[in-house]
Amino acid sequence: MTSLSHAGVVGRLSLRRRLAVAGIDGTTLLLLPGLIVIFALFVYPFLFGLYDSLVPKEGAWYANYQKFFSDPFEYNTIWATLWLAVPVTIVNLLLAIPVAFRVRLMRRQRLLTTILVLPVTLGTVLVAEGLLNFLGPQGWFNRVLLTAHMIHAPLRLTNNYWGVFASLVITGFPFSFLLTLSYVTGIDPAIEQSAATLGAKAWQRFVRIFLPLLVPGLAVTFCLSFVQAFSVFPSAVLLGAPAGPTRVISIAAYHAAFEQYDHSMGAAIAMIMAAVQLVVVAVVLGLRQLFYRGSASGTKG
Amino acid sequence: MIRDRSIGSRLWRFAVWAIVGLFLLNLLGVIASVIVNSFATRWLGTWLPAGFTANWYADAWKGFQLQDVVLVTFEIAFTVVVISALLGVTTAYALARRDFPGKRMVILVFLLPLLVPPLTYGIPLATLLYQLGLGSTFWGVVLVNLVPSVPFVVLVMIPFIEQIDPRIEAAARVFGASTTSLFARILFPLLIPGLLAALLLVLVRTLAMFELTFLVAGPSTQTLVVALYYSVFASGVRAGQSIDAMAVIYMITTLVWLVLALQFVSPTQIVARAKQPSQH
Repeated sequence: MTSLSHAGVVGRLSLRRRLAVAGIDGTTLLLLPGLIVIFALFVYPFLFGLYDSLVPKEGAWYANYQKFFSDPFEYNTIWATLWLAVPVTIVNLLLAIPVAFRVRLMRRQRLLTTILVLPVTLGTVLVAEGLLNFLGPQGWFNRVLLTAHMIHAPLRLTNNYWGVFASLVITGFPFSFLLTLSYVTGIDPAIEQSAATLGAKAWQRFVRIFLPLLVPGLAVTFCLSFVQAFSVFPSAVLLGAPAGPTRVISIAAYHAAFEQYDHSMGAAIAMIMAAVQLVVVAVVLGLRQLFYRGSASGTKG
Repeated sequence: MIRDRSIGSRLWRFAVWAIVGLFLLNLLGVIASVIVNSFATRWLGTWLPAGFTANWYADAWKGFQLQDVVLVTFEIAFTVVVISALLGVTTAYALARRDFPGKRMVILVFLLPLLVPPLTYGIPLATLLYQLGLGSTFWGVVLVNLVPSVPFVVLVMIPFIEQIDPRIEAAARVFGASTTSLFARILFPLLIPGLLAALLLVLVRTLAMFELTFLVAGPSTQTLVVALYYSVFASGVRAGQSIDAMAVIYMITTLVWLVLALQFVSPTQIVARAKQPSQH
């Protein structure tokens, strides 16, 4: 809020001083190198991709999109991707919430969180290679189940949907868990204690106290986990059936751009991928608006 | 702390720990099966291999020309780290110290590369780089890796810089410090812990970044993780143990830096801090 007299004073100052009042001076200019790089390497390529997708090799400006949505082999990749990403994200989140609530009470979380950060940092390629050994017909997983007489013949868990599902749980669950944990520990324990003092049972405390406070954090966790699962690529190729049920949209985009050398089509599929992901994120963040918004700390006011 | 001792609560607690236990068991099984296989002579249809040998490491080292791959990987990763440090810290300093019109938009621009799947901007970016003749070159790979790294450094460093009292800088100015010596003798020493954490995490992330590097890398500019992908993709060409030996080498190069990074940050922050800068 600038009062009139203040505005008058500012009006008489040099341009440099006026900019400084608005918060723009030499220090603000330090922003520029980073900003230029991000515009050159992220914003511009994204806009170029949008433009490139509208200049197809042949046909009208929408030919790429028409081609994609008229060929079931192509448009079904959207469902194949969602059919993997949505269940995986829900499973990861549903597992992460109770575990985060337990771990929050632990004194020594460090060892557990360190082990769990391993798959996140090692990445999907390594996990895929490990799972090929581990889940294979001769792998330890099938071997344990056979020895325990829970199954009679080895389960087929690689080169199909379940292999990719497993790899997304192995890398995605720790990610969802660590994110949820950071939100859960941000809630003041005094709130729970006062609820317990007033006689709320554990389930009531969770549903009526924690859940409303957690919804914004869980919405963000859902979105970030979903983005990771939705962009599944190496494990869908290595562990899945890349020509069949796990032909996800990133495989279609890569295939068009770098195997058929049609970068215009590749860009179009990349844009469709971004649009689908944006729709899901928008829906989740829209649902979040229906819930409580406010402080999760226990201070007055 | 609230202690609930009812039967239901105990069962629930048991169920939760059982899930954690099962997950950890499977996770360690996945990692252990890679390590065991890399030392195996023959491993067919038994719990453990018939015998153990370290020969696969020599085989992988020669067969995949890992000497070159490891060298290139570190050259790329360290170049990315140095450039993203220079760009990220200056940008973070401006964002932490100044309020200006459009600041929220600027932060959003730095947030977006971390929020969209890498392939969506990777494919057009790779197309552009190939058109410019930078495809499959060293600098092409460095440039694509800057896209997630620079925003990451910015978002990690903003809270660290905000913690430093601006009056310290003002005091240094009063005593006649120039901008250069202010940065070199006041800010830099205070920022070292945060900076080291951010840069080690960028290093780990660059070593493990598959999608973007994969799109741009050529035969002589592959990083370890891309080389690993190609060898798994073409499995059958070389022995599985050899591929796993390479996987172990990749694991070690990444984990060394992760362990170092964990001296400065908690595991939760690796995932969380960069993702919720709006709360700072």
